[in-house]
Amino acid sequence: MTHSPRIRRTPRWAAALAAGVGLSVAIAGCSSGSDGPDQAGGYTPPAKDLTAEITYAFWDATQQDAIEANIAGFNEEYPNITVNLDVTPWEGYWAKVQTQATSDSLPDLFWLNGPNFQLYASNGKVEPITAQVDAGLIDPADYPESLVDLYNLDGTQYGVPKDFDTIGLWYNKQIFEEAGVDTPTADWKWADLTAAAQTISDKLSDQGIYGVAGGMDGQTTYYNTIFQAGGEVVSADGKSSGYDSDADRAGLSFWSDLIASGASPSMPQLTDAPADQWFTSGKLGMFYGGSWARAAIGDSVVKDVVDVAPLPAGEEKATVIHGVSNVVAANSKNKQAAQALQIYLAGKEAQTQQGDLGAIIPAFTGTQSAFAESYPGVNLQVFLDATEYAKPLPVSKNSAAWNAVEAKVLPDVFSGATDVDAATTDLATQMTALLAKE
Amino acid sequence: MSRFRPAAPEGARLSARALRDGAEAHARKRDGLWPWLFVLPLLAGIGLFYLWPILQTFYFSFTEWGVFGGSTWTGIDNYVRLVSDPELYVALGNTLLYTGIVLLGIPIAVWLASLLNTPGLRFASFYRVLFFLPYIAMPTAIAMVWRIIFNGDFGIVNYLLSLLGIDGPYWVSTPGVAIVAVAIVGLWSSLGFSMIVLGAGLKNISPEYYEASELDGASPWRQFVSITVPLLTPSIFFVTIITVISSFQLFDLLYAILGSQNPILPKSFSLVYLFYQAGFVTNEKGYAAAIAMVIFVLIGFVTLLQFRFQKKWVSVD
Repeated sequence: MTHSPRIRRTPRWAAALAAGVGLSVAIAGCSSGSDGPDQAGGYTPPAKDLTAEITYAFWDATQQDAIEANIAGFNEEYPNITVNLDVTPWEGYWAKVQTQATSDSLPDLFWLNGPNFQLYASNGKVEPITAQVDAGLIDPADYPESLVDLYNLDGTQYGVPKDFDTIGLWYNKQIFEEAGVDTPTADWKWADLTAAAQTISDKLSDQGIYGVAGGMDGQTTYYNTIFQAGGEVVSADGKSSGYDSDADRAGLSFWSDLIASGASPSMPQLTDAPADQWFTSGKLGMFYGGSWARAAIGDSVVKDVVDVAPLPAGEEKATVIHGVSNVVAANSKNKQAAQALQIYLAGKEAQTQQGDLGAIIPAFTGTQSAFAESYPGVNLQVFLDATEYAKPLPVSKNSAAWNAVEAKVLPDVFSGATDVDAATTDLATQMTALLAKE
Repeated sequence: MSRFRPAAPEGARLSARALRDGAEAHARKRDGLWPWLFVLPLLAGIGLFYLWPILQTFYFSFTEWGVFGGSTWTGIDNYVRLVSDPELYVALGNTLLYTGIVLLGIPIAVWLASLLNTPGLRFASFYRVLFFLPYIAMPTAIAMVWRIIFNGDFGIVNYLLSLLGIDGPYWVSTPGVAIVAVAIVGLWSSLGFSMIVLGAGLKNISPEYYEASELDGASPWRQFVSITVPLLTPSIFFVTIITVISSFQLFDLLYAILGSQNPILPKSFSLVYLFYQAGFVTNEKGYAAAIAMVIFVLIGFVTLLQFRFQKKWVSVD
């Protein structure tokens, strides 16, 4: 496992000073604790001179500058709260956090994502924000509704999104011109995409160029088409799988048909090089990519010839939306300080800063203009407008269990090696059984 | 041996031995717990980090775990489920295939090691370093390079095959082929270690045998078959044991070459990958413990078998 670099945000002299200021501060901290958030009823923010040292854990090192700027702002409000940043790369993050949760030593404030949220919430590992919402310090209406719901379990809210991402149709204008096909518009339907992809693959096959590509990443590909077909992956009550419905089958067949017709590279080809690599090396006309792909595409050889359009509609328009949330550990020893930071990070000031400095779209409505303008010539507004018809990433209490079944069954569906009806029935049965165990 | 040593007078030797034996027996009695105290740090380490976890794993294999700890006794449920899990047999088959292919590396290593041991060979150390390099390189780095080599459309393997008029497969993304591809890399990267061990074994073979056989007119091939290989069997045995054990533990190479997103991974599982998936991906730690016990017993059993059969082919001189 990778080492996690620990960064002390606040200089040591601050901690020393805090200790030196002495007993009065500590007493003040304690007394404000007695009418703090643990009391039944309302939430009262802690005193501004609260002294505490807390840890904030996350996985994305590219956001560290923005987070450090956030914490500098937070320390203007709470100068005596020391925030230690704990960055663990994605590959090791979940194993680490799960171990910490098992031994009741979770970081005071940490990032949680959709697939893992219910697991931690249902096991009482994270603290609800109900009181803070009641006190008007966090207003869920400020964030995309579908994402707020992602961090709600059985009517209790545990966090609000700190950022979000949606999926769009990235396309290579040069390839469209060479193939003599009109570029995608906001009115495109599935048939338009299929036809364009087919033409590109047919006309430019001698250069090894394909029209569009699927793959095994549900968030950017088949979850979107399932939603567009009117289907669902997990039922609203979280008890059953939707994979055996006609709509889901249509959403999956969309990709297997593209592979069968040669409009998309084959599954083995997409394993050797995934869709994003095909696109960034100029071998793919269209790419179902997230808003986060902006960075990789902006660094690639195709950076000057790309644009982005909304995903083509099936029965309806849809895109997957996801975003991480800052949550407070239920057994944090400095819960007041952690909650104060949680509230601060959810606020407009911190969110605007995230948008200006970070690589992400901040979740607070009205703070996203910096993102939209960050790639001149590319219509990134598409990703923001997509929130109107976005659906949250399908999750449950133990998402990883059925994600593993998807990874087992779906490759053969996409490659055409098995019958879609039989395979999806099998997938739905296994998945529903796993959901029942949760 | 005694040929090189001046013989001591018979009486002196006898009394020396009597003295030594007596002293040893006496020392054993007098020392009491002292020797144990000296090995205690080592024993404590082994007990704490090897024996205790094995016992714990054995216990946990009869339990079902919550994601955040807390286990309930479920008897042999995990084992019942494991035996009826088709994935176990896929994983077992893949692991055996991998082990079989990697074992083919041992004859190659014997051959290469004896070539390197040729008297008067120039740059011998250079070759030795060359062959040993893969062993000290990071498995992840090796995997990344081989992934490129094996690329279906742009890889060098398929390019070379195309020169021969063969249309190569998508090595790391075709079920059945992928495990062979991984085994080829496993074989290649195990050569260095085997060669070093076998090379040391070769150095222990007295040159006198070769001189004598040369006088009798034996060809190099005959020397190799009748002297080198039989006298090298203890080293070959050791290398075989080590190779089988490490092959049964196949994980990192497979994981790194295929990648965790590889759609054919479910068909190319190894036993340890199955364990990893249950323990750390789908959060079924009790089930993972049962898989770990099966791997443990399998390796123990295979190693025991090898020790049984060694009498038939390993020569002890």
